Amino acid sequence: MSEIPADLKYTDSHEWVRDEGNGVCTVGITFHAQHLLGDLVFVELPDVKKALTAGEEAGVVESVKAASDVYSPVTGTITAINETLASTPELINEDPYIDGWLFKVKLEDEDELESLLNAEEYAEKITEED
Amino acid sequence: MDPQRTPLYEEHCKAQATLVDFAGWSLPIHYGSQLQEHHAVRNEAGVFDVSHMTVIDIKGDNVRSFLRYLLANDVAKLPLKKALYGCMLNESGGIIDDLIVYYLRESPAYYRMVVNAATREKDIVWIKKQAEPFNIDIEVCQDIAMIALQGPLALSKLASVLSPACMNAVSSLARFEACTEGHWFIARTGYTGEDGVEIILPEKEAPLLWQQLLNNGVKPCGLGARDTLRLEAGMHLYGSDMDENVTPLESGLGWTVSFEDSDRNFIGKAALLQQKAEGVKHRFVGLILAAKGVLRNHQRIVCANADDGEITSGSFSPTLQQAIAMARIPASVKESHCQVDMRGRLLPACIVKLPFVRKMKDNQSISSCDEAQVQPSSGVYK
Repeated sequence: MSEIPADLKYTDSHEWVRDEGNGVCTVGITFHAQHLLGDLVFVELPDVKKALTAGEEAGVVESVKAASDVYSPVTGTITAINETLASTPELINEDPYIDGWLFKVKLEDEDELESLLNAEEYAEKITEED
Repeated sequence: MDPQRTPLYEEHCKAQATLVDFAGWSLPIHYGSQLQEHHAVRNEAGVFDVSHMTVIDIKGDNVRSFLRYLLANDVAKLPLKKALYGCMLNESGGIIDDLIVYYLRESPAYYRMVVNAATREKDIVWIKKQAEPFNIDIEVCQDIAMIALQGPLALSKLASVLSPACMNAVSSLARFEACTEGHWFIARTGYTGEDGVEIILPEKEAPLLWQQLLNNGVKPCGLGARDTLRLEAGMHLYGSDMDENVTPLESGLGWTVSFEDSDRNFIGKAALLQQKAEGVKHRFVGLILAAKGVLRNHQRIVCANADDGEITSGSFSPTLQQAIAMARIPASVKESHCQVDMRGRLLPACIVKLPFVRKMKDNQSISSCDEAQVQPSSGVYK
């Protein structure tokens, strides 16, 4: 598994976004983010049908070490959340890009995805942070 | 300044540890999963590099008198080979450091102290200053490594790597006893609540012991697991649970202060007696969160009819699968529950006795939070 899959979009705050087509995208936290946090033990996700603005707090992921807010990368409405994370938050550590997804958003503006970072830009960003 | 490297630094890199700067030392926080390391120590065996700890040897005829004055616990009650945990106080009763002292030889007297890494410099200055009238020999050990092997299988894992002579000596150790075998010092002590040993040995010999333990299925463990293990075991962390601004009496460490011999004077004694006479205003307790989330250091504790308390060490307990903490609350709190201010939300928690996880022979007892207890009919909690 690539640590920064080329087909995803990214944010400065370490969320990833996958375009699922038909105006829906899936959101999670990156491999880099879960690595910094360490073992995740608790996840708080938004309610389904909740409307969120890009940059707004959508939930919290807590590891043994620290709590970290998760922000919605886009503006839209929550259509689904990953309920299995309530009992198995470690999925985020084990498989952050597939089984460890957090929530799905119906985009208000499908073009908004274009404004997010691509894999290359995100890779540069985390290199700068190190 | 770059952090110092322990003699096991190369081993940590080989094991792909995530390294952090801890008290000026580059040490592993984990080798992949802090939770797996924690469970390894509770269920099997794990090994920690604790070479950052400061080891001080104190020798001379007056050492016993000196230590009876320096420490709030009384080394007079310490049989040969045994370890004693206690605090070194300032004149106000504030805790300069917590430490463990081993009584290794009767004549001329030889004691070994292990103190914290973060307090190394101030401890050495303080000890040397207090020792001036006693004419004793104080040596801070150099070129050594310290390895903590912990867990129910620790001793059997050790048996497969030690020489028979060495293992013989180790097998005869009761809990909290120590022995020396050549240049090695082996103590049946630890900071996890599990059986196990702490080994101090020449730094050049440390990588081989480390490799042999790993080859025998012992899991390398980092500071992350060390912290959750000691928290479950109700063991204090200097700098978080206590410091120079608080006394042992308000830190859950009253049991480490010995007033038994009324003729004995020790540094801080007058202040502690005064505090006892006036009434200790805080007590030190365990908390179990009765909601989802993780307790963190410095979170505010809201108690009924009392001032606020504060979490001194909070984390997630991998054994209990719940958030736990140690906290300082007003002594007047009588209830068995409280609320914790978690980022603006007040969540219910149970007040429990420490430790959270206790090993009794082969059985493990763990604290629990009676949820019924924290859902009062008054509707205080949402």
